[in-house]
Amino acid sequence: MPDGIQTPTGRVVGDVIMKVENVSLSFGGVRALDNVSFDVREHEILAIIGPNGAGKSSMLNCINGFYHPQEGAITYKGKRRDTAKPYEAAEEGIARTFQNIALFKGMSTLDNIMTGRGLKMKRNLFWQALYYGPALREELEHRAKAEEVIDFLEIEAIRKTPVGRLPYGLQKRVELGRALAAEPDLLLLDEPMAGMNHEEKEDMVRYILDVNDEYGTTIVLIEHDMSVVMDISDRVVVLDYGKKLADGTPDEVKRNQDVIDAYLGVSHD
Amino acid sequence: MFYREAGQFKTTYQGDQAVFPVFQDKVAVILVILAAYAVPLVADEYWLQAIFIQFLVFALMAIGLNILMGYAGQVSLGTGAFAAVGAYACYKLTTNIEGMNVIVAILLSGGCAAAVGVVFGLPSLRIKGFYLAVATLAAQFFILWLFNKVGWFYNNNPSGTITAPPRELFGVLITGPSASPEARYIVCLTFLIAFAWFAKNLVRGRIGRNWMAIRDMDIAAEIIGIRPLQTKLLAFAISSFYCGVAGALMIFCWLGSAETEAFDLANVSFRVLFMIIIGGLGSIGGSIMGAAFIVLVPIFLTNFPPMVGLDISTALQKHLEEIIFGVMIVFFLIVEPEGFARLWQILREKLRKWPFPY
Amino acid sequence: MEFLESILVTPFIEIWESPYYFIELVLVGLSTGVLYSLVALGFVLIFKASGMFNFAQGAMVLFSALTLVGLMEHGVPLWAALILTVATMVGLAFLVERFMLRHLVNQEGLILFMATIGLNFILEGTGQLMWGSDVKRLEIGIPDQPFDILGGKILLNTFDVTAAFIGALLVVSLAVFFQKTPMGRALRAVADDHQAALSVGIPLKTIWIAVWTIAGIVALVAGIVWGAKSGVQFSLSLIALKALPVLILGGFTSVPGAIVGGLIIGVGEKVAEGFWGPALGGAIENWFAYMLALAFLVFRPQGLFGEKIIERV
Repeated sequence: MPDGIQTPTGRVVGDVIMKVENVSLSFGGVRALDNVSFDVREHEILAIIGPNGAGKSSMLNCINGFYHPQEGAITYKGKRRDTAKPYEAAEEGIARTFQNIALFKGMSTLDNIMTGRGLKMKRNLFWQALYYGPALREELEHRAKAEEVIDFLEIEAIRKTPVGRLPYGLQKRVELGRALAAEPDLLLLDEPMAGMNHEEKEDMVRYILDVNDEYGTTIVLIEHDMSVVMDISDRVVVLDYGKKLADGTPDEVKRNQDVIDAYLGVSHD
Repeated sequence: MFYREAGQFKTTYQGDQAVFPVFQDKVAVILVILAAYAVPLVADEYWLQAIFIQFLVFALMAIGLNILMGYAGQVSLGTGAFAAVGAYACYKLTTNIEGMNVIVAILLSGGCAAAVGVVFGLPSLRIKGFYLAVATLAAQFFILWLFNKVGWFYNNNPSGTITAPPRELFGVLITGPSASPEARYIVCLTFLIAFAWFAKNLVRGRIGRNWMAIRDMDIAAEIIGIRPLQTKLLAFAISSFYCGVAGALMIFCWLGSAETEAFDLANVSFRVLFMIIIGGLGSIGGSIMGAAFIVLVPIFLTNFPPMVGLDISTALQKHLEEIIFGVMIVFFLIVEPEGFARLWQILREKLRKWPFPY
Repeated sequence: MEFLESILVTPFIEIWESPYYFIELVLVGLSTGVLYSLVALGFVLIFKASGMFNFAQGAMVLFSALTLVGLMEHGVPLWAALILTVATMVGLAFLVERFMLRHLVNQEGLILFMATIGLNFILEGTGQLMWGSDVKRLEIGIPDQPFDILGGKILLNTFDVTAAFIGALLVVSLAVFFQKTPMGRALRAVADDHQAALSVGIPLKTIWIAVWTIAGIVALVAGIVWGAKSGVQFSLSLIALKALPVLILGGFTSVPGAIVGGLIIGVGEKVAEGFWGPALGGAIENWFAYMLALAFLVFRPQGLFGEKIIERV
């Protein structure tokens, strides 16, 4: 087995780290996911695309363990994800951003990003109550790490601002920061560029690519902007009405007739 | 007043994270604390007994409730019950165990209250918001009923009241009828300062952030790795600990003796709730300000009208008090839901720029 | 051991041995339950219409009853006093909308809840300020005669029966109102989302005034019945607290839930007090309802009839 396969984008991709097998999810009478299967390989960027309501966010929610699919299994690094509790996903190294921003509105940017570091902070209640001493040292250590993320995302100016007051684009960036602060192995991004203008999108793409480049973070990305998807992804999974329509490289998917009919359309020029 | 901060640049993260980053503020706080310790030198017994000690006890309770409601976002109407647990536990400990140091007894009673708090906080995993208020109301009614009915809790005293036995600390009498108000005041003040400091430390670190995360968006918090049950139960435990200690201090250092009525909904649970709403949810300083305000209003209403020649009966005064509290709560919720704490912040920002408008 | 036996075994034996006492307790419980349902209804109305848990409902019960009695004490005849009290409640609804609700549009539930706590205190204080705080008798002609059925084995009271009847009537009309009328639909829309309702043109202001008025009238009826039974006094406002467990059982948004919940709590309390009370020293009624609600919360948070909320991220 080769150490890593080189993909069309030039990335070196490793073995499969997550398997989604025949996952089906229903809410009452609504079938959100219908027998969906795909793999995610280490270090790759995988995009999940499809019309609204196709079940993309539900898929991520299943990976996080927030929804429990009625059928099928999701295995990450050998452990079952779909039956586990949501906080266990974070403990396994999975971080997430959300379609409708799920920042902690009562806290500042810095504090939000620090919550991303929370799992790595070990000092117990006693030391926390004293603050000075081991707890403070730990706090400063993680503050330094958080500041690295802030630096990377160029949000120094707003670090003390309560996130509720930030414009939408910056909130999305802070949410990415919170996810990155956890130093995840797998990053799940739910429409990270929604509602952004061209420049903001370029910035976000740059951050995503840098993260994957420098840290080798595997990225699963839900996105509607096709130029972004086709440019940066190694593979694309297409969902429609909960079913998987196609699964392959961007070029393969672009030419797939089902996908064109359901979602992409044909360009007229 | 920018000049105050001139030259004070923070070059370390530690400096940046300090509670009082501006040097003058640090000095001011130290002076306030020193002044607080000096109060017994100038205040008379009425002021100490009726106002200051009451304020200190309730400020501690307000911090406790604020930890639970303001920081962790869990609604609780059971503050009175948890305080009662602290009070009765301390009573039993000091009357049943010979030679127990009273401070140790108070801390242990806090622990008892914490345990009870955890039990009644268990439903918080499944229920939120004011549904949770019902669970805490169950605690409130059940616990007070228990303390009323089961004679063991009040040593089968026929009157049903519990009375703090006289106890000394470093040779000075601090509880019991002969303890001086000054001594009792100093004890309560020390407790408040110490525990306010612990609380502030907790809320600005990992634990506080976890609480606020659960408060703001518990689903997202869980997904990033914060365990909801542990976090909520910890909030209940610590909050109840504070309320329990305050309850013990209430009986031992303020009132001297009481019945369960002293801990009922109106006298404690709602009062403390008002303190943190008006003072500011999610603020330690706000809890203290709110406590001061709520304690002072009745005193003001008792003493002010005679000063201007109006004669108000006690019943009328009580009704006026209720109306004023109600109006203030609605007012604050409309105008400044974050209470005094936020108003104080705004004032300071304005003063920073004064006399310039921008 | 004996204690356990007295809780887990003896009461059931006693129920078996004195069934008529049991039935009597059930019937009394039902009539108290109807009264609880009445108060809970007021809550459900406002919750359905504004998503707000109106803690002040209890104070509204007290305030309306006080106003009625106060007017009558001043010599106003019953019919006129009723009309004036209803008018007062309408006026109150206007004031609440103008000075409180309008400024709190789309705030979080907790903030609204706390605002109603404030309102509760305002109403309690004002009511007692205006009309005094001693217990008042309320005579409105409801017959209060004990009578027996089944040949003397079960003792009832015409008062309780009449109260139950009034309650049932009110409840049925409200249920019909919510389900069948356009305004009822509008109210349900508002309960879901204030801003969305505004954006489709539902006049929020009118709806709120309407709802609070209805809640006020419900409060008045509850106040009259309770007040006639045990006198108009401060403790009436504490009934609001009893309504909470009723709502938990029945579901916060359900009118039939408020009814069923109220009945269950009413019966449960009386039976528990009657058969378990002696073993536990009495006065279990203080907390029984809450413990029952607590148990429900743990196993079925949405209540018997409430809507299960599915959370999305």
